[in-house]
Amino acid sequence: MFDDLTDLYQQVILDHSKSPRNFHKLANANRTAQGHNPLCGDHYTIYAVMDGDVIKDIGFQGAGCAISKASASILTDTLKGKTKTEVKALFDKVHDMVTTGKVNDGEIGKLAVFAGVHKFPARVKCAILPWHAVVAAVEGRQEPVTTEMEDT
Amino acid sequence: MIAETTISTLSKKMIDWESLRADFPILHQKVHGHPLIYFDNAATSQKPRVVIDALRNYYERDNANVHRGIHELSNRATAGYEAARARAAKFINTRSADEIVFTRGTTEGINLVAHAWGGKNLKPGDKILLTEMEHHSNLVPWQLLAERTGAKLVYLPVTGDEGLLDLSKLDSLLTKEVKLFAMVHISNSLGTVNPVAELCERARKLGIVTLVDAAQSAGHCPVDAGQIGCDFLAFSGHKICGPTGIGVLYGRQELLEAMPPWQGGGEMILSVDFFKTTYKHAPHRFEAGTPDISGPIGLHAAMDYLDGIGRDNIFKHDQELAGYAYEQLARLTNIRLFGPKTGRAGVVSFLLKDVHAHDVVTVADQRGVALRGGHHCTQPLMRKLGIESTARASFYFYNTKAEVDRFVEVVREIQKFFAG
Repeated sequence: MFDDLTDLYQQVILDHSKSPRNFHKLANANRTAQGHNPLCGDHYTIYAVMDGDVIKDIGFQGAGCAISKASASILTDTLKGKTKTEVKALFDKVHDMVTTGKVNDGEIGKLAVFAGVHKFPARVKCAILPWHAVVAAVEGRQEPVTTEMEDT
Repeated sequence: MIAETTISTLSKKMIDWESLRADFPILHQKVHGHPLIYFDNAATSQKPRVVIDALRNYYERDNANVHRGIHELSNRATAGYEAARARAAKFINTRSADEIVFTRGTTEGINLVAHAWGGKNLKPGDKILLTEMEHHSNLVPWQLLAERTGAKLVYLPVTGDEGLLDLSKLDSLLTKEVKLFAMVHISNSLGTVNPVAELCERARKLGIVTLVDAAQSAGHCPVDAGQIGCDFLAFSGHKICGPTGIGVLYGRQELLEAMPPWQGGGEMILSVDFFKTTYKHAPHRFEAGTPDISGPIGLHAAMDYLDGIGRDNIFKHDQELAGYAYEQLARLTNIRLFGPKTGRAGVVSFLLKDVHAHDVVTVADQRGVALRGGHHCTQPLMRKLGIESTARASFYFYNTKAEVDRFVEVVREIQKFFAG
């Protein structure tokens, strides 16, 4: 009955949205970036401690739907220790996955729970919003990013 | 008293609401395997067959450009276009069809007033009074005008979740600096019905020009510009069973005649020289370029259709459904409801504890129920209420009590789904 829905709202996603990981500000963050979806008002701030090109620690704060919050939570879990280049490569893979549903890369790991989002075109922006913010953070961009600045 | 009851029972009996559904081809489909329940009428209404046929007939038989042609088709197109203007005048009871300007919708109508009237009449230090429940379409054009002219915006407050205007503040806000008072008739996010006739009367006594945003009211209840006593009133065709891309702006004739054009081009001129142009009188002065012609013709059919049912009857039906939905939702736990407890129009906004509005809407959609989630283009109101968004069900005359029952059942399922 709820097939597509349980694809979208997988247990892992519901769990992360209810108990988000790394859901705090980092006092020693040397990079922060804000992401905002003007269509629904969802907004997140990513805090990162970067050592050169490597993410040493990462946290987030903000509010939004189950998809965007779980995406931010799982993202912070995934990106600790990753380099700027790796973050951008993962962004492209996640972007591809949530728009096509294709999971053909081992590196995607537990991010694969977001593959079901592609069946809900109106929700792709929710999943990708925290990713826009984290790319802005690692690139050291100051201005808030919105989901309306790019295709998704 | 007895006579009134008899009349209302009679007129209710005369309308078979169920059978009106047959006039709307789009309603008879399944969405994600469930019968469609269309509860997003505040965003746009569905179109009855007579409107679709009017558009089709126009393009199959009468299509030509208006006002210039000498040939038969152009005459027919012009007659259809101007007949729609006269019909719109009757629909909102203006004194003359010359007080009706065709626009793309409510938004364009308000922008027209902000540019043509506001640009000429506002100066630094003047104030524009709005309410805190305005749609962005009745807020952003005034912010832009304030930036251009140095005028200031002031707001009549809303009283918390119940969403009523705080009329006790009106006297102190209606000062001599206020040149314009723009207000929404029915709130799209709260369902509040504002006492626009009273507000306009109080403004008029002080010589303040008034504009009523009738986007949510024109097709849902009787709207009489003369009785409201406003100077301007705007509405959209697509929310009242008409096509998208067409709207109506009413302007009191003396004001329209004194306003400069806001867009230049063909159709709006009397004579053009290399360095000087003279303009047609209102409303044609405000309709530059080839207009939307099929739009007014479709809208004409929509207005006939609605008045065939009776907008007083439609409003009663809307209110019954909204009252019933509110009552049913209020029985649930962990729900926050917005808007007035009684007397609301056909809009019910709500939030479920720990479930974001967009998640509510996504799950409801999978059950065939079309809701709207978000800020409903009323971000300042949402911030005032301390929220980001709500989920909203909005009704029209083709919706039924059985659909409301099903919707409430789906809301219960959503609570269960996200609690599990």
